[in-house]
Amino acid sequence: MRRVDGLAKVTGQAKYAYEFELPNVAYGYLRTSDIAKGKISKLDVSEAEKAPGVLKVISHLNLPEMLKLKDRGEEPDGAEFAPFRDAKIVFSGQPVALVVADTFEQARHASHLVEVSYDKDDSKTDITKMLDQAKPTKENKDRGDFDKAFGDAEIKIEEEYQIPMEHHNPIELHGSTAFWKDGKLTIFDKTQNVYQLRDRLADMFGVAKDKVEVIALFVGGAFGSCLNVHFHSTLAALAAREVNRPVRLCYTRRQNFTGSGYRPETWQKFAASADKDGKLTAMSHRVVINRSSYEDYSEDFVQVSRLIYNCPNVRTTYENVVTDLQTPTPMRAPGAVSQMFALECGLDELSYAVGIDPLELRLVNYAEKDPETGKPFSSKALRECYKLGADRFGWKDRKPEPRSMKDGDLLVGWGVATGVWPAMQQKAGVHLVLKSDGTAHVTSATTDIGPGTYTTMTIIAAEYLGLEADHVRFELGDSSYPKAPAQGGSWTTASVGSAIVGASMAIKGKLLDLAKKQDKSPFADSKPDDLVLAEGHLRSKSDEKQSIPISKLMEDAGLKEIGETHESEVSPERKKYATMAHGAQFVEVKVDPDLGIVTVTRVIEVTACGKIMNPKTSHSQEIGGVVWGIGMALEEKSAVDHRYGRIMNASLAEYHVPVHADIHHIETLFVEEDDKIVNPLGVKGMGELGLVGIPAAIANAVYHATGIRVRELPITPDKLVAPRKA
Amino acid sequence: MKPFNYTRAATPGQAVKSIAGKPEGRFLAGGTNLLDLMKEHVETATDIIDLTRLDLAEIKETDDGGLRLGALAKNSDTANHKSIRENYPLLSRAILAGATFQIRNMATNGGNPLQRTRCQYFYDTATPCNKRAPGSGCGAMEGLNRNHAIFGWSDKCIATHPSDMAVALAALEAVVQVQGPDGERSIPFADFHRLPGDKPEQDTNLKPGELIVAIDLPPAKFQKHYYYLKVRDRASYAFALVSVAVAIELDGDTIKDIRIAMGGVAHKPWRAAKAEEILKGKAATVENFEKAADAEMADAKPLEHNQYKVPLGRNGIVRALRKAANLA
Repeated sequence: MRRVDGLAKVTGQAKYAYEFELPNVAYGYLRTSDIAKGKISKLDVSEAEKAPGVLKVISHLNLPEMLKLKDRGEEPDGAEFAPFRDAKIVFSGQPVALVVADTFEQARHASHLVEVSYDKDDSKTDITKMLDQAKPTKENKDRGDFDKAFGDAEIKIEEEYQIPMEHHNPIELHGSTAFWKDGKLTIFDKTQNVYQLRDRLADMFGVAKDKVEVIALFVGGAFGSCLNVHFHSTLAALAAREVNRPVRLCYTRRQNFTGSGYRPETWQKFAASADKDGKLTAMSHRVVINRSSYEDYSEDFVQVSRLIYNCPNVRTTYENVVTDLQTPTPMRAPGAVSQMFALECGLDELSYAVGIDPLELRLVNYAEKDPETGKPFSSKALRECYKLGADRFGWKDRKPEPRSMKDGDLLVGWGVATGVWPAMQQKAGVHLVLKSDGTAHVTSATTDIGPGTYTTMTIIAAEYLGLEADHVRFELGDSSYPKAPAQGGSWTTASVGSAIVGASMAIKGKLLDLAKKQDKSPFADSKPDDLVLAEGHLRSKSDEKQSIPISKLMEDAGLKEIGETHESEVSPERKKYATMAHGAQFVEVKVDPDLGIVTVTRVIEVTACGKIMNPKTSHSQEIGGVVWGIGMALEEKSAVDHRYGRIMNASLAEYHVPVHADIHHIETLFVEEDDKIVNPLGVKGMGELGLVGIPAAIANAVYHATGIRVRELPITPDKLVAPRKA
Repeated sequence: MKPFNYTRAATPGQAVKSIAGKPEGRFLAGGTNLLDLMKEHVETATDIIDLTRLDLAEIKETDDGGLRLGALAKNSDTANHKSIRENYPLLSRAILAGATFQIRNMATNGGNPLQRTRCQYFYDTATPCNKRAPGSGCGAMEGLNRNHAIFGWSDKCIATHPSDMAVALAALEAVVQVQGPDGERSIPFADFHRLPGDKPEQDTNLKPGELIVAIDLPPAKFQKHYYYLKVRDRASYAFALVSVAVAIELDGDTIKDIRIAMGGVAHKPWRAAKAEEILKGKAATVENFEKAADAEMADAKPLEHNQYKVPLGRNGIVRALRKAANLA
């Protein structure tokens, strides 16, 4: 089904956080720090305050007392850096002043009139120089005896892999529009989690939670960058209170690089050994990422090397290093895509050491049960993904030797990798109102950052209420609606969708109660499970003729509508199983060996993630994932000058993401799984699956094409024209 | 953005008069680079002289059989002009290799060669840059210099010129027509841009207050054998790591005349004079091309992170020559 919000988006009707028109709105503009570490020695705002249109300059010199840390200790969960508490500078790009003025131009100009001097300390931002300072973020027991197995092995590899800091770069910059009225704050915000922001703002400003309303009707790309509370929200709310007017505040693109997190720089060492048939005997995976000085951060919630392949002896360690940078934040398939790059490149290297096909190596080590816990999978159609993808791609025609396949002067390479992501579900609430005119209205405080939640929830409600989709209106993104989790981790359909199913069931129960009251009711002895809601009727499953129009049931009872608030719970049954979604990615690259240019000419991406609710938006998600993977493999890098602790390419001209001309044939396929254990809908998250294996598959294809193994992303022309000596 | 005085000029003479005595005054044409720089506070112009109403957008033949490109003709109109496509295809290809549709629709022929470097230290006011703030130092010298110059740089500046169009204009030996306080003059393209030397803040040899009114192309002779090669980090909308413009006049297999210019390697479009000299009068063979490319790159002085530009430049010259000469 087409996106229900598509027309609003393409015609500009859809309003984003910074676009809400309010009378008498004022504008904020941030002045940010030039240094990464130290303290502000002098801040002179007098010229800025005198500039035309300026209403207020907020800084550490005049932050209201209540917003200072006091003795609250650590920040609440999910809340990161809060500016202006003191003169300390902990990352370059940290706000040092916020100018509020009548117009945007006035605020921006005055921000340059703020005079700042610093006492500068040496900053450290290069984790490759600080690996000895890495601290574990998780205690992990080894599985089996890695040292012995690896030591005894004859066939083995051990290599280092690097992924640079990367930024989400959504097209909608992070911003907010906020106003206070009668002691209540309303904020239009770019967020993936309206309840979290509501609670945080209520706490900061010392007001009751119902005195804050957060609205995020549309989010123009997030990818994890709006999972946590960022300072544009708190500062917009503060500024609006201080000047007693609505205030808009939005980062510039440069500020967006230091105002909403990033994928941490990741250094990894991966070692693996196998017997001569390719059966894994040992694996070790050390992952080191950077964190900020003020928030602990880890991506160890997913540990891919422990859960995809059978291997008796496994060691994994997850560590972080304190750097003088802003705090990282989850970015599309956090942890998983970084770890998979090392694991899936490492296994590719191992396949050459063993001398077997890289796909065969994965099949030889296929895990029928969760290798870590021994639990069965609720469903796992990965083998079918490999087969479908390999057939579709023509993998059997692959010549194993690097540099053995050509297209004219171009070298051709084929690579494969596995995808994996946990199938998660959270508590979620919805309010559902069925009306006697045959329409329904559903609300939930989830968000839609692009996957098509408006559409998918409409489809689910229509199916379970037995209505046409255009008779259902689903609304989201408002903290006055029932609580739902952040949109992230690809759990929204499982969580909010299950709540809609639960609410629909409850409504069916209420309709049955009404039906039982009818004269000579055909459903006098029926149970809810005997009946369905279909085509506007309460209907027997076994006999379609046994049917009563819902409108009649409601009119007879004098009801205009029936409402139901429902909160979905995660089924305890799930605990007995491992619940994962899987996929397989096959990639063809063509490489110009003289110029180092890599073109990803063909991608076959296969995903097994339970039931597909809406093929159209599902394929869109996977295609988007593949494109993201191409960017990660070939282009994306936030380049830090470690002398200054500063990101030097903070613009869309210099931070490269794929353009249309980079994208060629992408085919996404699904192997549907019938899995009623994960949730009643049988759905697993899919957003990450299109991505997780792609960077590794591309790097593997580049090796197959050129014989050059690039272990440091992105694979840019320089690394192929003048490869590093091994 | 700093507040500025705005003047709309009706004639080139008026524009020149309006900017006189205003060292921080700037002409505004397409604005695709200037406005970005003003927003980043890299440019803090006191006066903006708007040229967009001037009658300088014509593309017409010159008396000597060449072509005059009006300074205000848009890059897209120029690249797609019938006469340019047929007689100066190298220029057309080079323009279309730059920027995006949207930017080319705004950018002008006079503005394109005047765009500033994309050096990230030039763009970031928190870091030193002798080009932006003379005397503050060069952030890139010991920093992230993957994109920087391998030819002609100085200890003050290692920035490169970002234009694709200018590389083709250098190869075609265009002439820049300017009008200034002292009247009109012509500047051969090779003398238009300058190497950084001790004054990296100065990109060109334009005198204060001079206005580009046109760019003249000499009579065409490279319609058959030409190539513009651009190597970049993605397939579109990225500046060149290395680019090579080649134009050859062949007499049978013999190279009668040849032009090779490179982008992404120096503070100005870099004429590969050594390679040209080696190839003039020689047979167009891959072996000769390789010899010429090796000789040209022998003088390269790469920095810590741009050593790849030496083999890439060498391979790029050979590839562009082969393509131009139709040698597979």
